[in-house]
Amino acid sequence: MRYIARRLVIYAITLWAAISLNFLLPRLLPGNPADIMIAKLSRRGDVSDAQLESIRRLFGNPDASLWQQYLDYWGQLFQGDLGTSVQFYPSSVSSLIGSALPWSIGLVGVATVLSFIIGISLGMFAGWKRGTWVDHIVPSTTLLQSLPYFWVAMVLIYFFARENEWFPRTDGYDIWTFNNTEWSWAFAGSVIYHGILPAITIIISSVGGWLLGMRNMMVSTMGEDYVVTAEAKGLKKGRIMRTYGARNAMLPSIAGIGVSLGFVVSGFVVMEQVFSYPGIGKLMIEGVEGNDYALMQGVFLVITLTVLAAMFITDLVYGLIDPRARQNA
Amino acid sequence: MPDLLTHAPDPVDPGEAADAREDERHIKRHVNGKFLIGAAVLTFMILFAIFGPMIAQFDPRISGDNPVLAPPDSTYWMGTTSLGHDVFSQMATGARTSLLIGVIAGLIAVTLSILFGVVAGYVGGVTDEVLTLIIGVMLVIPGLPLTIVISSAVPGRSGLLVAVILGITGWAGAAVVLRSQAQSLRNRDYVAASRIAGENPFRVIGVEVLPNLLPLLTGQFLFGVIFAILGEAGLSYLGLGPTGSISWGTILNDANSGYALQSGAWWWFLPPGIAVALVGMSLALINFAVDEVINPKLRSAPLEARRLRKAKAEKKAIAKADKQAAKDEKKAEAQA
Amino acid sequence: MSDAPTADATVAPEVPVTAGTHEHVGADGTRDVANAEAVITARNVHIEYEVDPVAVRAVRGVDLTVYRGEILGLAGESGCGKSTLAYGLNRLLKAPALMTEGEVTFHDRTDGVDTDIDVLALDGDQLRAFRWDKISMVFQGAMNSLNPVIKIRKQLFDVFTTHRPGMTDDAMEERSRELLELVGVDPDRINSYAHELSGGMRQRVMIAMALALEPQLMIMDEPTTALDVVVQRDIIREIMRLREIFGFAVIFITHDLPMLLEISDRVAIMLEGQIVERGTAHQIYTNAQHDYTKKLLSSFPSLTGERGSFVRGGEDL
Repeated sequence: MRYIARRLVIYAITLWAAISLNFLLPRLLPGNPADIMIAKLSRRGDVSDAQLESIRRLFGNPDASLWQQYLDYWGQLFQGDLGTSVQFYPSSVSSLIGSALPWSIGLVGVATVLSFIIGISLGMFAGWKRGTWVDHIVPSTTLLQSLPYFWVAMVLIYFFARENEWFPRTDGYDIWTFNNTEWSWAFAGSVIYHGILPAITIIISSVGGWLLGMRNMMVSTMGEDYVVTAEAKGLKKGRIMRTYGARNAMLPSIAGIGVSLGFVVSGFVVMEQVFSYPGIGKLMIEGVEGNDYALMQGVFLVITLTVLAAMFITDLVYGLIDPRARQNA
Repeated sequence: MPDLLTHAPDPVDPGEAADAREDERHIKRHVNGKFLIGAAVLTFMILFAIFGPMIAQFDPRISGDNPVLAPPDSTYWMGTTSLGHDVFSQMATGARTSLLIGVIAGLIAVTLSILFGVVAGYVGGVTDEVLTLIIGVMLVIPGLPLTIVISSAVPGRSGLLVAVILGITGWAGAAVVLRSQAQSLRNRDYVAASRIAGENPFRVIGVEVLPNLLPLLTGQFLFGVIFAILGEAGLSYLGLGPTGSISWGTILNDANSGYALQSGAWWWFLPPGIAVALVGMSLALINFAVDEVINPKLRSAPLEARRLRKAKAEKKAIAKADKQAAKDEKKAEAQA
Repeated sequence: MSDAPTADATVAPEVPVTAGTHEHVGADGTRDVANAEAVITARNVHIEYEVDPVAVRAVRGVDLTVYRGEILGLAGESGCGKSTLAYGLNRLLKAPALMTEGEVTFHDRTDGVDTDIDVLALDGDQLRAFRWDKISMVFQGAMNSLNPVIKIRKQLFDVFTTHRPGMTDDAMEERSRELLELVGVDPDRINSYAHELSGGMRQRVMIAMALALEPQLMIMDEPTTALDVVVQRDIIREIMRLREIFGFAVIFITHDLPMLLEISDRVAIMLEGQIVERGTAHQIYTNAQHDYTKKLLSSFPSLTGERGSFVRGGEDL
């Protein structure tokens, strides 16, 4: 329990820092951001009262002290109020995020878990087979790691949605058949069908990292005393590889999920745009295109929160699989 | 014989003894392998960035009377865009932007990671606590979304500015690694001695700590560059890259808005991604070699396994040959 | 025996048991091994580390016999090849080590039936079945010999599920607890992880594990090195006591010659991959022949104290 408590404190501080950063960013930028934004908006046409209101909310009352603005900002956050979207006026930012978030979490969650399992298994195998032909294949995974997510998405679309029309090109479900999201098998099927290419994109781009990390740890672990003990005990190879080798070698990978997740998030934000996937990344880009600061910042905040939550979950899982963590931390 | 005894390779812990003697050989082997491929690809890409624009036949920004969406041929080596721009010329100009931004951002990231990571690990105490917290926060806040927020708020971004933004959002991971290494260096005798002797801590960091972290710093720099090149591509694809510049990312952006996918113009959207991936791979391969210098187990374990197999095979072959020879001898004897 | 510096000339020959010249019942209770039978015989063992450019010869033509129920001490400075030799006997050599020459025969006695097993000819499942069942090991560095992320129970069960497939969970549980109790560890510790145990307890658990199948030979590679002196003493006593009960033979490897003299029936001194001297503990102590042995003995000033009371003293047990 102490372990979890300590982690919670760290997360609370991080959360506070992220929210404060979100508050400070527009205020730290050069010039008067509210004016700049109004100028930007008026270039595209008249600025509506609603937009002015939204901007004022975002930057706070310019006459109030910074401290007062900060308190107001927190007050709004606690009411779940992230402001009103300019782009999708009069929708509130929170409702927009609420409908987009499940798409991203579902896609990234499933794809990341798959990628982790595939990468760890292949890495375990590569580490076990150290000193064989496998060693020569391992470095090529660096190529996968260096591929831009969104470009992988473009290539996949080109080959599997255009040249061969096996998969849909865009969207999260068949928007011609279904007017709106609904709970039905047909809809679920459509969602899965539309999610395959985006998921493959994430897997291709992130599997190399897991594989390489696991392989290197596996090589180190196989030299540990307890592996020699296991061999001396006459255990079967598979058991040594899994229970003694991989079980220990995967710990750093699991501890590293949180950090890697930041990378995956960065990747999928752009990737969603390519697939027009109705998730949070696309929403953010729409915010960017419409100079919708409230939307952009709200999405940014929610992404940070989600990453934090994911890290907390991995921490809990880590505590379960590494008995030492429960005691030491 | 006595000479042999004193100078014979020490059988003490053969693994280690052999390691020391073999270091040179190992490094050579790696120079020959992954490192060579990585360095060759990287050199090629750098040369392309330097000389590409010179040998390009067209202005990357002027379409002139070029054909539209022409596939690659002898005139347009990588074909043309939907507006008639020559893709090769754009790729060459884009290489300069992308690589430059990558290097600058990488340098900024490494500098920041030294500033936070090494200082935190070396100085320790309250400084460590505070810096570690900052590192932790930067680690959790997702880089690209933050970059998007910052970039979108800044009108008229120069390439340098984009590099700075990418640099200041991408250093936390390296700082974590450097911190733990600096922490362990701090307790090594020679560093501890300078510290206790009351030397200026920044001098100690500069003279004793950083040189020891050099391989690690190299690795982190390489990753910083990869990260920045990927980040720039993503930003530019979203239209948030350096304004008015051509980079590999902007070409992809153009390709997307020019319906390259729909019109099947593979020559338009494939090269930029491949270029980014090649640069990333070359840097990662170089880092591979660096990594194996830092962590000798990574190279020694597979190498040892391979040698053992070889030795076994040799011994088997010899034994077989011996058996055969003995058989032949017997046969010959029997005949005689 | 010659003291010439040339390595080959100083190799101590393995004296056949029948010669009986050095097998002597010491006044200190050294067991008479003159009439004992061998449990393992190694002949002309060569082990090389296959490194470029020239393979390093870690063990060079060693003969070694261990008799049933005896403690054979193997001493020498770190890196003399003693651990390499011991690992070679159990076919546990790690890359790049390779046994290039030699014979290792295990003289098995199961249910009164004697069988000679050519250890080097074993492969795959045969080798796995042989390990731990016939020869178990206790490693140096008690810290890392136990898997840190799975419970002691699972690591004990591992042995039974592999070697005694018919055993029920209840039987394994009962046997495991019995073993822990036998080595002086609270049986409830079966639910612990390695990091929850002290160094001494971890090594006791390892010994319990090594006892699990009642092997005929136990190889102990510096089993007490990482422990403090008091714990060392306890562990050594435990080993001696258990050996009295179960009668397994022990190859005890350490660089601590005085301790070895305390506990061993016979001692072999290794130097640069060869055995340069061997004899009963008493012989080595009172009448060392080889310069290196004398040097080893003189480098331990504590040895001037009266010997025999440390472990062997009846009143202690």
